[in-house]
Amino acid sequence: MYEIFLNWFGNETLSMFLSAALPLFVAIVPFALFAVLLERKVSAHMQDRLGPMRVGFHGILQTVADILKLIQKEDIVASNNDKRWFNLAPYLVFVGSFAAFAAIPFSSKYIGTHAEVGLFYILSVSGIVVVGILMGSWSSNNKYSLLGRMRSVAQIVSYEIPTALVVLTMVMLTGTLSLDTMSQQQTAYFWNWNLFGGAGHGFVQLLLIPFMVVAFIILFISTLAEVNRTPFDIAEAESELVSGFHTEYSGMKFAMFFLAEYANMFAVSAIVAIVFLGGYQSPFGYLGNSLSIPWLIPFEQLFWFALKALFFVFVQMWLRWTLPRLRVDQLMTLCWKYLIPYAIVNLVIVGILTLF
Amino acid sequence: MKTEEMILNMGPQHPSTHGVLRLEVKLEGELVLDVKPHIGYLHRCFEKHCENLSYPQIIPYTDRLDYLASMYNNFGYVVAVEKLMGLEVPERVHYIRVIMGEFQRIASHLVALGTYGVDIGAFTPFLYCFRDREKILDLFEMTCGARLLYNYMWVGGVSHDLPPDFLRLAKDFIVYFRPKIKELNDLLSYNKIFIERTANIGILPVDTAINYGATGPILRASGIPFDVRKEEPYAVYDKIDFDIPTGHGEKGTTGDSWDRYFVRVQEMEQSLRIIEQAIDQIPDGDVHEAIPRRVKPPKGTVFSRVENPKGELGYFIISDGKDKPARVKVRPPSFLNLALMEPLCKGHLVADIITILGSLDIVLGEIDR
Repeated sequence: MYEIFLNWFGNETLSMFLSAALPLFVAIVPFALFAVLLERKVSAHMQDRLGPMRVGFHGILQTVADILKLIQKEDIVASNNDKRWFNLAPYLVFVGSFAAFAAIPFSSKYIGTHAEVGLFYILSVSGIVVVGILMGSWSSNNKYSLLGRMRSVAQIVSYEIPTALVVLTMVMLTGTLSLDTMSQQQTAYFWNWNLFGGAGHGFVQLLLIPFMVVAFIILFISTLAEVNRTPFDIAEAESELVSGFHTEYSGMKFAMFFLAEYANMFAVSAIVAIVFLGGYQSPFGYLGNSLSIPWLIPFEQLFWFALKALFFVFVQMWLRWTLPRLRVDQLMTLCWKYLIPYAIVNLVIVGILTLF
Repeated sequence: MKTEEMILNMGPQHPSTHGVLRLEVKLEGELVLDVKPHIGYLHRCFEKHCENLSYPQIIPYTDRLDYLASMYNNFGYVVAVEKLMGLEVPERVHYIRVIMGEFQRIASHLVALGTYGVDIGAFTPFLYCFRDREKILDLFEMTCGARLLYNYMWVGGVSHDLPPDFLRLAKDFIVYFRPKIKELNDLLSYNKIFIERTANIGILPVDTAINYGATGPILRASGIPFDVRKEEPYAVYDKIDFDIPTGHGEKGTTGDSWDRYFVRVQEMEQSLRIIEQAIDQIPDGDVHEAIPRRVKPPKGTVFSRVENPKGELGYFIISDGKDKPARVKVRPPSFLNLALMEPLCKGHLVADIITILGSLDIVLGEIDR
């Protein structure tokens, strides 16, 4: 994308900015709107209901209507809120989750920025979300928010460790931090995906498979916890803490948190898909290659990428509407007693195996 | 480092206090030091109202006590008044009351189990439970026209005889509902996370349960097979064969939240058994023949109790020989069960307050009256 913009405008800064912002407007805002509807429809059909049916065909425009409603709503700031930080927090959370998309390769031709340290960038930029949550809940001056904040921050900070350990494992295996390169390595057929030991490791590939599966499960669980989804949604546990850290927010600021959550879901699903399931690579060759229509390939890649990421989004929704919620101490136990030790052992073993 | 206790007011507007209950919770971080329930937000002067109403006029008010088990509140009240009057009611009326009462028990337990799932964080079982409860409400609606507040049981009879299709549809429901209990068990009861959240939480020892006057599934979960239907059979419960499920500490310790939950699941199965037998045994007859033209009991007092879905529901009625009672006192099961919050919650975490409160299955309409 960057090259195309550079050819058009001839200005490096402008084209860099545009190519980084493009995924946001072209894909992610519509996706967040779509995901909200998807969540409602998926949950409804899992629960013998129909879900939204009134606005548009089968309620397709429901989220649009909801967002319009939220924009019109009064922006309530309680008198005891710390106004400056209270107002800033939703934007930080929003920015934190949407900034991750700048480094995600949607297809070989459609990537915000070819950052060499894409994975590292995503891990660090999602840290802004923690600051936003901390800021928003503390300035709310609300006891439920306070409890939600304590839980949320402890949870996100803890679960970043297994995420980082697994990512480190994968970086060791692939030898790159760039998500684009990582996707390109897993090309051709699905047995070249990192989940099946990655491409070009020969016999070691077979030995790697069980450890890759373990790493995959750890990464999926910890990303699930990082986006505060059930069974790890203790931060906003509505039956205990009303809405947790965003109890005091209403109107568009609430919508910011809301959309950020769905954007985050897609971001972590995309990372899992890129790191383990070959990102935008097709599992079995391209139609564009066999029909020799080269311009078709990026679109196919986009399709496969969306399919993989959406699959994980769907799994997240599925889990949410099936499982109960863990308690805060159980959540920490899972992270510190199970995920982190397994991740470390996994890291060491994969490290030894990749020596060969 | 200086630490401070925090007092958190949960409710009266809170998603999982099951009504307008306020819990004053003293916290140290996430640890609960003390819980004090504050009640009275739903007080409607039931007992004072009763002094100015004739006996049949009180029945609609009893509907509104435990609004999730209205049928059974009617049942308890009419049994008390009939005992006071020494009234014999036809056999068919007894069977109709038992069938309705047990359907009501299933409906009430479905709400309890479903909302318990929501308290723990599982939303889907809630809607599954409500889907099945809907079918019971449909049966009630076709019988007496109401879905929540029935005013169905009258002194000496019931307001309407069963509609022609009722028994067939009731049998269909039993066939439909048995697999649904299994579905609920698969989805929620034996879920690992659910067990982690509820087993060994809020353990109620037998002596505490007795000292606090706990009854119903809560007492039975602690291991005591006490059920008014067996102890002092009313209506035709002595002619029907059923078991009293008790807690055995299957997943944790006897008397924990999981036991309280699971006793309710098992009670639904027993209710189905009772309904099946009652359908087989029900005789023909006129349900209106024993309804007195004027309900005017002789001077005297009566205390009568029935096994409400929530526990032992007692009515104490003083009659001074007029057509209005001098006093109607209700012994509500939820009120006494709620008192257990304080001993059960101490030393647990914030999330466990909700777990314990949900496992007690209170209804504020009955507590505040």
